[in-house]
Amino acid sequence: MSTDNAHGGAHVAHHFKDATQQYDSGKEGIWLFMVTEILMFGGLFVGYAIYHNMYPEMFSEGASSLDWKMGFINTLVLIFSSFTMAISITFCQKNDKKKAAMALATTILCGAVFMCIKYFEYSHKFHLGLLPGKYLDVAKVGAEHANLGLYFGFYYCMTGLHGLHVLIGMGLISWCLIKTLRGDFSDQYWLPVEGVGLFWHIVDLIWIFLFPLLYLVG
Amino acid sequence: MATTSAHSDENYINCEKGLWSWLTTVDHKRIGVMYMICVMFFFLVGGIMALLLRLELFAPNKVAGVGGVLSDGNVYNQVMTYHGAIMVFMVIVPGIPAILGNFFLPLHIGAKDVAFPKLNLASWYCFMAGAAMAIFTFFTTRIDTGWTFYTPYSIRTGTATAMMVMAAFVMGFSSILTGLNFIVTVHKLRAPGMTMHRMPLFVWAMYSTAIIQVLATPVLAITLMLIAAERFLGIGIFDPKLGGDPVLFQHFFWFYSHPAVYIMIIPAMGVVSELLTAFSRKVIFGYTAIAYSSLGIAAVSFFVWGHHMFVSGQSATAGIVFSFITMLVGVPTAIKMFNWVATIYKGSVSFEAPMLFALGFLFLFAIGGVTGIMLAVLPIDVHFHDTYFVVAHFHYVMVGGTLMAIMGGFYYWFPKMFGKMHSDVTARLSFVFIFIGFNVTFFPQFILGAMGMPRRYFDYIPQYETLNKISTVGSWLIAVGFLIGLYTIVQGLLKGPKAPANPWGAKTLEWTIPSPPTMHNFEVEPVVTAGPYEYR
Amino acid sequence: MMWFNFAKAQSFMPSQGTEIAKQVDNLYGFLLITSFIACVLVIGGMIYFAWKYKRKSDNDKTAYISHNTTLEFVWSFIPLVIFLFVFAWGWFIYHDMRTMPKDALEINVTGKQWAWETEYKNGYKTVNEVVVPVGRDVKIILGSVDVIHSFYVPSFRIKQDAVPGRYTALWFRADKLGDFHIFCTEYCGTAHSGMIGRLKVVPQADFDKYLEEGQEEGQLPLAKRGEKLFALKACSSCHSVDNPAVKVGPSLFQVFGHEVTLTDGSKVSADENYLRESILTPNAKIVKNFPQGVMPTFQGQLNENELNALIEYIKGLK
Repeated sequence: MSTDNAHGGAHVAHHFKDATQQYDSGKEGIWLFMVTEILMFGGLFVGYAIYHNMYPEMFSEGASSLDWKMGFINTLVLIFSSFTMAISITFCQKNDKKKAAMALATTILCGAVFMCIKYFEYSHKFHLGLLPGKYLDVAKVGAEHANLGLYFGFYYCMTGLHGLHVLIGMGLISWCLIKTLRGDFSDQYWLPVEGVGLFWHIVDLIWIFLFPLLYLVG
Repeated sequence: MATTSAHSDENYINCEKGLWSWLTTVDHKRIGVMYMICVMFFFLVGGIMALLLRLELFAPNKVAGVGGVLSDGNVYNQVMTYHGAIMVFMVIVPGIPAILGNFFLPLHIGAKDVAFPKLNLASWYCFMAGAAMAIFTFFTTRIDTGWTFYTPYSIRTGTATAMMVMAAFVMGFSSILTGLNFIVTVHKLRAPGMTMHRMPLFVWAMYSTAIIQVLATPVLAITLMLIAAERFLGIGIFDPKLGGDPVLFQHFFWFYSHPAVYIMIIPAMGVVSELLTAFSRKVIFGYTAIAYSSLGIAAVSFFVWGHHMFVSGQSATAGIVFSFITMLVGVPTAIKMFNWVATIYKGSVSFEAPMLFALGFLFLFAIGGVTGIMLAVLPIDVHFHDTYFVVAHFHYVMVGGTLMAIMGGFYYWFPKMFGKMHSDVTARLSFVFIFIGFNVTFFPQFILGAMGMPRRYFDYIPQYETLNKISTVGSWLIAVGFLIGLYTIVQGLLKGPKAPANPWGAKTLEWTIPSPPTMHNFEVEPVVTAGPYEYR
Repeated sequence: MMWFNFAKAQSFMPSQGTEIAKQVDNLYGFLLITSFIACVLVIGGMIYFAWKYKRKSDNDKTAYISHNTTLEFVWSFIPLVIFLFVFAWGWFIYHDMRTMPKDALEINVTGKQWAWETEYKNGYKTVNEVVVPVGRDVKIILGSVDVIHSFYVPSFRIKQDAVPGRYTALWFRADKLGDFHIFCTEYCGTAHSGMIGRLKVVPQADFDKYLEEGQEEGQLPLAKRGEKLFALKACSSCHSVDNPAVKVGPSLFQVFGHEVTLTDGSKVSADENYLRESILTPNAKIVKNFPQGVMPTFQGQLNENELNALIEYIKGLK
């Protein structure tokens, strides 16, 4: 960061008075950004709730084609990855570069496992013709409800947007991993890891709402 | 306090040279100037669209010649859509926060920059990327849905709607990130002694606006994404042919777009507070009331969106609730107007251009505001909804309000930003043309609406011809006014005399540093011991 | 006292076609007056203070008045009371507008790009015209086949969106005879400003006769209906039907099924599609030796039934 000046391990940008002000500001910034993410997904959840209320049986039919076991595994994978993310922060704070890197790597791995399982779920659905919206051929699929495409529209939009955030998160964590290996973090400065960690927790939290709504209800 | 250093000529403009130094800057002042140039350009484009629209409306289509300029309905509808979309997303929403907020928020609180300077630059790039996408649609099948993108028309139309909504989506990021930046800056970067209640009211306005930007824009983001998904995938959420509900789109859309209009006006109110107190050289009346009314308006603004939908098919009960809450949001706005007038009382008033624009704001916003209350009354809205009465109302508050405030703010802060004095004579002349032209253009539209002329019409029955002609002539006067304004700014930049640190004798922190400021704003961190308007 | 008279709002509003229109104008007049007073106070105050406290010298001392709690309370409370008062008054009228009367005469109106299709209960259908009896409650049931339109009668101060996928409704009781404009007030595409209809208020007896005649016409054979439309739409003023003479446009006598030569020399067969195109987009194909741009388009003025009827009639011109 070109505007930095090193202050005994912590890189404090020129417009901040000290490392504490920088840290407090950064944390507040990340929290605000997470609020916007929740509001954005919230819009989708509201839309889902409205149509679920309008077409409860159709939503049941849609949900029945989801494999709750795969969804459950994914839930466990993400929860575990949130744990590894959290301990990586602790390791950074304890100056334990190696363990922090391992924890971050594990988190990325969990993200990859999540995306793999997602890939299997999606490709299975494509194979069955369970496509979103107008691409769902009701006759070919043998659907009971003519607007089944609406359910899968929501399914792909919600899980797709979430999956995109998982990929973005994996990218951010990789960036943290590189910086950790380079020795950029210490007990004086670990803000980026905490910030990315918060992002990852929100991604996890959204999935914890998505899973029951899509897989378990109806 | 030392105000000059050994390099007394070095400021934020000349400290680094070359286009690349600007495109990679993280200095909030340079970013503000970059927004200013781009927004002014987009305003020019949107303004030309408006002139074309008014030209078409000069006469009914049956009358040959001028009345037939855009008499192809498709062309008119495209120009109409671009006018709205450009003015809303590329001029008025970013406008004051991105230009004046970026430049002056840190100065007002005694900070060296915003909390996240690099994020600030990223905001500008988001804005430019989105704007580029929007302009790109012009070279494809264009857009013709109206800036409100109502479904199912926006789903069915063969125009480049998906690209345009994605452009707005990208520009939305700019708004969110700027708002986020401002909130953290106000919370964390205030100079010692600068308590929340010693901040200038401009900062309170930016802060309230930032809260709306952060909370409302994400909902717009998802709404726009859903239009794109509806167009590409046919998911059926808004399309009745697929079991969806077109009115649901309106709920989603207005949930953002109503708070958005407060993103447009609250910063303007912040500027007006600064102008009135500076040019009356008197303490603002009712600081606490104005500060908290900004927050109050921001909060209540989230609960009134349904007043855009009284005849949409939503239930009568919903209409009643929304009408009631809209009345409540009118009260803090009225309070501000009275506080501002009371500020002038027993002041020492001078009439340079910034003050004329501030007084013009009070005049025009008064009319815009009372007509807003009229529209909030249910049966009145049933008659006026989607007529020229509404068009007149929102132009009175957005142009008569926000645009007057931007112009006033530009002329007030121009010496500080660029270190030169612009000509007050031509600036005042610009005001006269804009103010008179504005009323000539838009007051007849109230009457046209009362007479029943619907909006988004490119042709009309003969009864409406006279008032439409008057309105078109007014638009030419406005154009002249803005051209004089452009001349004023350019002439000031090129030939204006050097500006002192405090040409107006104002009291906020930006006037204690040189014009233009140095890169780091304050050579010595200010220590604040009193409020911002201590004219004693 | 009727506020609207006092405020002279009447001169800018369309004629009042119903009792509710009068009530709306009354409230509007009150709002105009209160708004005017408010603006005079604020703008007048501003101008007066700015003039009276003009700067005299650069060293002027100004009063340090930072607030006045009583004043601030008063000018918060009074607007609140006024706003709530007009809200309540408005609610009263709105309730009336939204409560559908029992035993109203129901008429279905469907919005489509770009015309209003009216269907009466006896099956009679027309385009861009709604005929109603004076002095009776009428309920318009609105629908749309494509995008959102909005049915607006300025003289009645009444408006409702026509939303595809559902029904909405509005009601009125016209107490004046005459013709009133119907406008579409929700942007719906190219010819949004062309969706102008006519609301005719006639005496009850005339209305009954209108419905009867309409139904008879509806039971006519297709070609006979086309013949009536041909006269109604003034096609006969430009096209002869029983001899080959040219009036303004080409004769339609024996045209169906034969070849027609166009201005560019090419030949087309005058089939149903050719006839349809000639009615809806007349400039697409021009017959040789005839000028462009003379025949107006009937796009938006004829529904599918009427087009079928006209084409059937022309087919029979042997």
